[in-house]
Order: sequence, then C-alpha cells, then structure tokens
Amino acid sequence: MSARASRGAFLAWRLLMRSQWREQPLRLGVTVLAIALGVALGAAVYLVNGAALNEFGLATKRLVGEADVVVRGPRDGFSEKLFVQLARESAVSVASPVLELEAALAGKRETLKILGIDPFRAATLQPALIGDIGGNILALFQADGIALSASAAQELNVRRGDTFQVIVGSTPKTLQVVDVLPEGSYPEALGLMDIASAQWTFDRIGRLNRIDLRVNPGNDVAGFRDSLKLQLPAGVLAVAPQVERDRAKTVTRAYRVNLNVLALVALWTGAFLVFSTQSLSVLRRRRSLGLLRALGLTQAQLRRALMGEGAALGLLGSLLGVILGVAMAAAILKFLAGDLGNNQLRIGASLVAAPLALIAFLAMGTAVSAIGAWVPARAAARQPPARSLKGGDGNYAATTRSSGYAGVALLILGAALSRLPPVAGLPVFGYGAIAALLFGAVLLVPALTVRGLKLAPRTHHVVLDTAVAQLRENVALSTLSLASIIVSFSLMVAMAIMVYSFRLSFDRWLGKLLPADIQLREPFGNDTAFWSKLEQAKLTAAAGVGRIEFRRTRQLLLDTAHAPVTLIARGATARDTADQLPLVKSETLPLPGNAEPVWISEALQDLYGYRVGSRIDLPLAGSSSRFTVAGIWRDYARTTGSIVMSRQAYVAASADDSANEGSVWLAPGADAGRTAAALRASFARGDSFEILTSLELRERSLSIFDHAFAVTYALEAIAVLIGLTGVSFAASSTALARRAEFGMLRHIGMLRRQVIGMLASEGILTSAFGVMYGLVLGAALSIVLVYVINRQSFNWSIDLAIPGWQLGMLSVALIAAAALTAVIGGRAATSRDAVQAVREDW
Amino acid sequence: MWGQVADPAILRLEHLSKRYSPDRPAIFEGVDLELRQGEYLAVMGESGVGKSTLLNLLAGLDRPDSGRVLLDGIDLASLDDDAVTLLRRRSVGFVFQAFHVLPYLSVEQNVALPLDLLGVREPERTLHTAEMLAAVGLAPLAKRLARELSGGEAQRVAIARALVHRPRLVLADEPTGNLDPRSAAQILALLRDQVKTNAGAGILITHSRTAAETADRILVLDAGGLNPRSGA
Repeated sequence: MSARASRGAFLAWRLLMRSQWREQPLRLGVTVLAIALGVALGAAVYLVNGAALNEFGLATKRLVGEADVVVRGPRDGFSEKLFVQLARESAVSVASPVLELEAALAGKRETLKILGIDPFRAATLQPALIGDIGGNILALFQADGIALSASAAQELNVRRGDTFQVIVGSTPKTLQVVDVLPEGSYPEALGLMDIASAQWTFDRIGRLNRIDLRVNPGNDVAGFRDSLKLQLPAGVLAVAPQVERDRAKTVTRAYRVNLNVLALVALWTGAFLVFSTQSLSVLRRRRSLGLLRALGLTQAQLRRALMGEGAALGLLGSLLGVILGVAMAAAILKFLAGDLGNNQLRIGASLVAAPLALIAFLAMGTAVSAIGAWVPARAAARQPPARSLKGGDGNYAATTRSSGYAGVALLILGAALSRLPPVAGLPVFGYGAIAALLFGAVLLVPALTVRGLKLAPRTHHVVLDTAVAQLRENVALSTLSLASIIVSFSLMVAMAIMVYSFRLSFDRWLGKLLPADIQLREPFGNDTAFWSKLEQAKLTAAAGVGRIEFRRTRQLLLDTAHAPVTLIARGATARDTADQLPLVKSETLPLPGNAEPVWISEALQDLYGYRVGSRIDLPLAGSSSRFTVAGIWRDYARTTGSIVMSRQAYVAASADDSANEGSVWLAPGADAGRTAAALRASFARGDSFEILTSLELRERSLSIFDHAFAVTYALEAIAVLIGLTGVSFAASSTALARRAEFGMLRHIGMLRRQVIGMLASEGILTSAFGVMYGLVLGAALSIVLVYVINRQSFNWSIDLAIPGWQLGMLSVALIAAAALTAVIGGRAATSRDAVQAVREDW
Repeated sequence: MWGQVADPAILRLEHLSKRYSPDRPAIFEGVDLELRQGEYLAVMGESGVGKSTLLNLLAGLDRPDSGRVLLDGIDLASLDDDAVTLLRRRSVGFVFQAFHVLPYLSVEQNVALPLDLLGVREPERTLHTAEMLAAVGLAPLAKRLARELSGGEAQRVAIARALVHRPRLVLADEPTGNLDPRSAAQILALLRDQVKTNAGAGILITHSRTAAETADRILVLDAGGLNPRSGA
C-alpha cells in the first residue's frame, strides 16, 4: 500500500470519525461501552481465575519445594520400608518422608490438610516452608505439637499455645498449636507436624503416603523416575513435581475455559453491535460515502477508513474495558473471595499483574470490532458511487443470496465440527461448531426474512399492512438490527436449556443415589475419620433407625497424568450396587467367569479409556486387585472419575470394613429429627459428622448447583442487554431515518398513536421473528452444548430437557422490550418538530 | 368529506399572527382570509416570510399566537390533537414539494392511504382509487412500486392521494419545486383541474410567478399579512 493511498484512507477515516462523533455521540458512546463491558467481563474472569490459580500454584510450589520426584501412594499409605529403600538409592541425594492427610476436625465440616514431615530433611526440600518455622522447629517434636499456617489459625480461631481436636477413626484427639506461620508463608490452611507425631496421632505407625526425592546432580531425572516404576509397590507412583503443581490448573481447566468463553460471549455480542451500528451508519451516510468515492477515494481506501472506524471504537472500548476488568477483578477478589461459582477456585487470593493477558484482551476487543465493521465496510466500498449518491439502498437481493449460501455452508461446517473429539481435554471443535452455527444462522436471516414476509397476508388494517410493507422493503435494515439480539438470545436459550437439562438430570441423579430418609457422613474428602464395625453397629441400633446402609469412600491415584479418582464401596452385594446406581450402560450380572464387577463413572471412561468389559487393576491394601468393568454410571460429584464396587468386594480386597458415609431408612412411625439426635448420641463425638435428611441434602445440593450457574446467568443477561441495545439502536436509527415519512402520514391524518402503533408493530414483528429464530437456533446450539461441550469438558452426560415456561416468559419479555424501544424511538420521530420533516428533501 | 356546511367559507382566517419566541418580532400579524367553495388561491412570498408556518397553521399542525383558523366553521384551536388530526384526515389533502410517496408501497396503495385511514371499505376503496389514478394518468402504473417512479410520476401519485377522498381543502406546498419546467407545467394544470373537480377549495404556496398564475387569485404574504399582489 503506497503512502498516498494510506494518507487518503487516513484522511477519510478522520473525516468520517469526526462526523460520526458529532452526529451520533450517544450511539457511538454506547457501542464503545458495550465493547468495554465485553472486554471487562473477559478480563475480570481471567484475572480472578488467574489469581486463584496463582495462589494454588504458590501453595503447591511451597509443598513440593525443591523435590525432583514425588513418590505418592494411596491415602492410607504404604510401609515406610520403601522410604529406607529409596533413600539408599545411589541417585538420590535427599529423601524426605511425608504423611499427608486431610484431617477431620471435631465439630467442623471442613477438613485440615496436615503434613507429617521430618523437619530436618524437609528443610532441604521445602526450605521456604520450614524456614518460616524458624526457631520453633524443635517445638514440632512435641508429641501433640502442630504448626499452623496463618489461614488455618484464623479458620480454627486459635493462637500459639491453644489446642484443637482432630477426629481419628471416631476418637477426638487434641493437638497443641506450637507455632503460627507468618501471613505470606503459605496461602491456604495447613498444619505441619513431625512425622512421628503424625503417625502416632493418626494411627499410622510405620506408614507413609508420600516421599519427596532430590536426585544427585548429573542424573537423568526422567530416567530415574521411570526406573522407579519397576520397584514401587502397587498403587505407589513416581510423579514429576510439575504434574503436582499443575494439578489445580488441570482439574479446573475445563471450568475456567468455559467461563472465559462465556464471558467472551458479551464481547462477541458487542462485535455484532459494532456490525449493526456500522451497517446502519453506512446506510445512513450512503450519500456522503458516495460523494467521497466520486471525489476520488478508492474502494480500498474507503474500506480501510470504515474498518478503521470500527477498530477505533474497539480500541477505545477495549482500553476502558481493561481498566474496568481490573477494577471488577479486584472487587470480586476483595468482596467475594474470588468466588465465581466454583468452590475449587474459591480462595482469598489477591490480584496478580498480567500485562500480556491484558494486552491480549485489548487486541481482541479491537480485532472483533474491526471484524464487526468489515462486512459493512466491504459492502459500502463495493457500492457504485452513482447509486449511493442517488440514495438507493443498494443491491441487497444479491447480498441476501450470497449471504444465504455462506450461511448454509457455515451450518454444514458447524455440524461437522461438532462430531470431532476434544483437544487436550477441551472441546475446541465444539466451540468452533457453536461459532460456525451462530454465524451461519445470522447470515441466513436475510433470506429467511424475505421468504417469511412474502407469506404475510394482507390484513386490510392500514397500520399493520404498512408496517409489513415497510419491513419487506427494508429487509436489510431489519436483519442488521436483529443480528446482535439473535446471537445473544440464542446463546441464552442454549444456556438455559443446558442448565435446565443439567438441573433436572442432577435432581434425578440425587434421587437415585440418595433414596433413604437420612444421610450421614464424615467430612467430605477426609482421610482420618471413619466408623469402625462396632460404631456401625451402634448407629444401626439407634432409636428410629429401620435400616442403615454404610458406604466407604477413599481416593486412589491410578495414573500420574490424572488427578486421584474416588473409590466408593456401597451396596452389600454386587446386585445391590448395580440397583443403586444411575447407570448409563451395564452388563448383566453375574459377569462371565464370576469376575468381580466394578462400575466406573463416565469421566473414568473418557479419561482412562476403560469400557464395559475392561479389566481394571486397583491398588488396595498394598497389592493389586483385578476387577471387571460391569457398567458405566453417571457421576455429577466427581469430575476426575470414580469407581464403585460392592462393600463385600471392597472388604475382601482391602480388609477395611470401616465406613464414612451412610443412608438411613426410618423405622415405621419414626421421626427424622429425633432419629438424627439418636444417631448423634450414638458415640461421644457424634456432633462432628454431618446428618441431613435427604430433602435437606437435595436442597443444599441444588442451591450449590444454582450458585455455580449464577455467574453464567449474569454473563448471559449482560450479553442479551447488549443485544437489546443493538435492537434499540436500529429502532431509533430507522425511526429517525423515516421522520419525513411519519411527518407525511401525520399530515394526511394518521394519529400519532397510529404511527407509534405502526412502529410498535414493526418492532413486535421484527423481534418476534428474532426471538423465534433465536429459540430454534438456541435449541440447536443447546444440543452442541449438552452433547459436545458439556460432555468433553466435564466428562458426564445430561438428558436434554426444554424449560418451556422459562423460555416463553423470556421471549415475551424480550419482544416487549424490543417493542418498547421501537415505541420510544417512534415517539421522538413523531413529535411536533418531526412533523415538519416533510419539508426536508428525501 | 362529501358533506356541505352552512358557512359559505371553507376556510376563514381571522387576525392570525404568529411569532417563534416572545423576544422576536412576529413572522406575520393580522392575517385575514376567506376561501370559498371552488376557489383556487396562490400564496406567494419571499423566503423566510412564513409561508410554511402559515400552511402549518391552516392544517392544524401548529397553533397561532392570536387569531383563529376556521375550517368549515370549526375553530381548530377548540380541538385537541387527535380531533384536529381526524378533521385533517377527513377534510384536507396535501401535496408536498418532495412528493413523499411511500417507496415500499405500490402506486395504488399510496393513493388509497387516506381511504384506508378513513376506513372506506371495498368496493368503494378500489373504485375511488382507480378513478383518481385514471384522472392523473397513472392507471397503467397502479401496481408498480412507488420507488420505481420518476419525479413527475411521483408527484402525480401525491396529487391523486391528496384528492382521492375529495377533501374540502387541498394545500399544495411548492409542488413543482423538484420538477423540470415541462413536468411542472403539466402538474400545475393537473392540480388546478383536480382541485376544481374533486375538492372544495385549494391553496397553492409557491415562489414561482408562473405557478401562481395558474390560480384564480394571488395573495402575497409579508409581515403585514396577506395582501393582493400589486398589479394583479
């Protein structure tokens, strides 16, 4: 491009921008704000999640420290002889034994992560963490001594010298706080104990579940890690520290990416707003643009000038958006503890500088605006100047035809993309499919509107017939006004269908898994509290209990590449287990050859590739036991995977007859409240485990579910508001452009309310079409969301269901809002002054 | 629309005056006029003298500061906006300089608009529309979209629309301002002919002496009011 051509484009851009700001300051201002909001939401979500991940990263880094290899076993541990064996390895310079537990706390539902360490060995591998204990390190050797992070001390409301109780088995044991680490030492709740004290306190004498190793310089760390695999017992794995550090990232990645994509929907809707604003402004200024072309501006110069307008709006909006996003993120972190609906990412993190990410958001906002401006810029540049000067509306028939073909092609592409598998656990092609279907559907709108309006019958009602004739004539304008609302509304419909389907499936799932009257359990995820056989008998004998069924849950690390999976032992026999599970696929029992059955969750199927009939080796009680996959079940509680077996099979394989969860069926005539009290009274520390009626548990679960989706609803609502702004702009712009027409109609005797009624009719017809189209498109998109994006992101299936009432109300509200904006635009355009517009030349 | 009233004057202006703001001089003061059945009047005046303002007052689109506008004996000031609109719908026809036909309606639909607003049913609606189209020479173009017409054709549609409901008063504001001299002459002749045939009376507002001379009498508007053209 020559300097002269650039200068011409720049001059045209400056001229056009100035006149735009002078004539349409409000519209441009709102468009800039819409872009700003889109960028701000994207940036805020990114920064909040980034801050939380950074905190996790820091925490894990402190825990893993300088180790080259982390040897991990099941939570119930392995013999400490392995530590002796590994410490003697010639390649190992330092070996540090660890007992890592989530301890149940007396009277609390939360658990406390406790690390039993050898302080002197750990000082080499976790210097930052141990260094903060400083002079109090010897106090750790006190039999019941524990050092707490500042966060743990705050949660437990204790100070140095205070005591608190942990639950071991079903017995409370008292620990004394010997030190509280400084604020910045470790960001989460953590307790540090001497390993011997920890083993003694938690009845794990001679047991470890982690060994940190430093390899001598010059040794091949990866090679050494591989060689360890051969000598480690079943269920014990050698893990690279990076895998440990990235675990929080990996586990929450799908959630974060989905939330980020959702936040960016507002930005994309903003791009459609730029598209409709620019398209309308091009139509409005067609004579001026024709004049510029007649005066010598080339097609390319005009196209660049108009795209420059869009980019300038985007740049300004993005700058504002980045500032607003940083402020929003800071506010969310300060006032909501970074809570965006995922408990795994809820943490008291502080904002982290992310200049590259912010520059990326700035570039993204500018780019989508330029893209939004590209289509109208191209159309305007291609318009013959003679036709523009005459004020014609352009060759929209040809545009309608060509955009129709492009639309069909994109729909086919979208359908094809939706069939492709995930990339690195993310539904990349699923997002591509959504984008292709959206764009394709929007491009089809002009052709479909033309056909639809052709079918509209003549009513012999002057207001309605004139409205339909106007829409038929100005199909391009009507389409432009619909683009942003179709995009945002269809996405909202798709989300609403997905969330409703998910909620219904979740509710049914709860009902299937929790059929009893009362549920009781030890704190979720704890490693220390459980009920022995004797205590199970006591609970069974409690007054009001008709029948009680116990479960045992524990964590198993099957593969270093994945997070631990949950093993659940429930149902007395295999047949009982199969009956209790919401199965999506199953084999008939008994299995051939009397193989011992397990049922795996969909996540395990997707992540590990197991199928019905697959053999699966599980490390239990220090040895490997072989099971056969008898079915796939739906598990909404554990995204990293779960395995269910009968208690009979579990006890046989692990010799562990303890339980940490139970379902209680009341005896005939028994009262739930009194039975719960009797259960609590069954043993001394009865108040530490949770007892809920199934109804309470269901309500709590659904409340957590709704909380998790609150942010998604908010983000969608913002996108729809931006879309509605697009409709409002189009309505007011069209109304202003037709002032002279309304003036003439008023002259010949049309009442003002009839003119406004005509505009309202147009608004209702247009938005009703947009809403109907959005409903159909949204339903199609929801299929991709439910069967592709949801499945590939979270590895669980959902039964599709349509929230008819909710969508109906939303549709009516949107049509009413669109009609209202048309009426407001119409009132201004039919004022007394506007009646004089007939004196203006058309 | 087809009725007659007792007052022989279709339009009567009594001491009409108008100013845009209290601190500015009046645009015109003491305007009196009586327009009788069958009269076709031209109003001339220099730019800015208030011709369009006068037209707005006659049509009830604006209100005078003092004086009265009586259309068929009805004081427009006594009516609210809806009532004035309904009176205008029934009794007034307009022809504008810029034609103002709706481009997205057919010629026939444009002409029938006043009948549609008045709720005239078939077959009268089609009958009157066809008569007017024939009268202005546009019957062959009845189904054509208005945006496909030339300027002269569009103004013929506007004239047909102004007269299809046989109003008491036709107001034409510079109807030939956008036309070439030949088309202008044809339109002026047509307008006069149609006002005489189908309306009670007509007022032509124009700059053009040639156009004004097609009227029965010519008045000049200035700050002092409406006065006969000198030498007329």
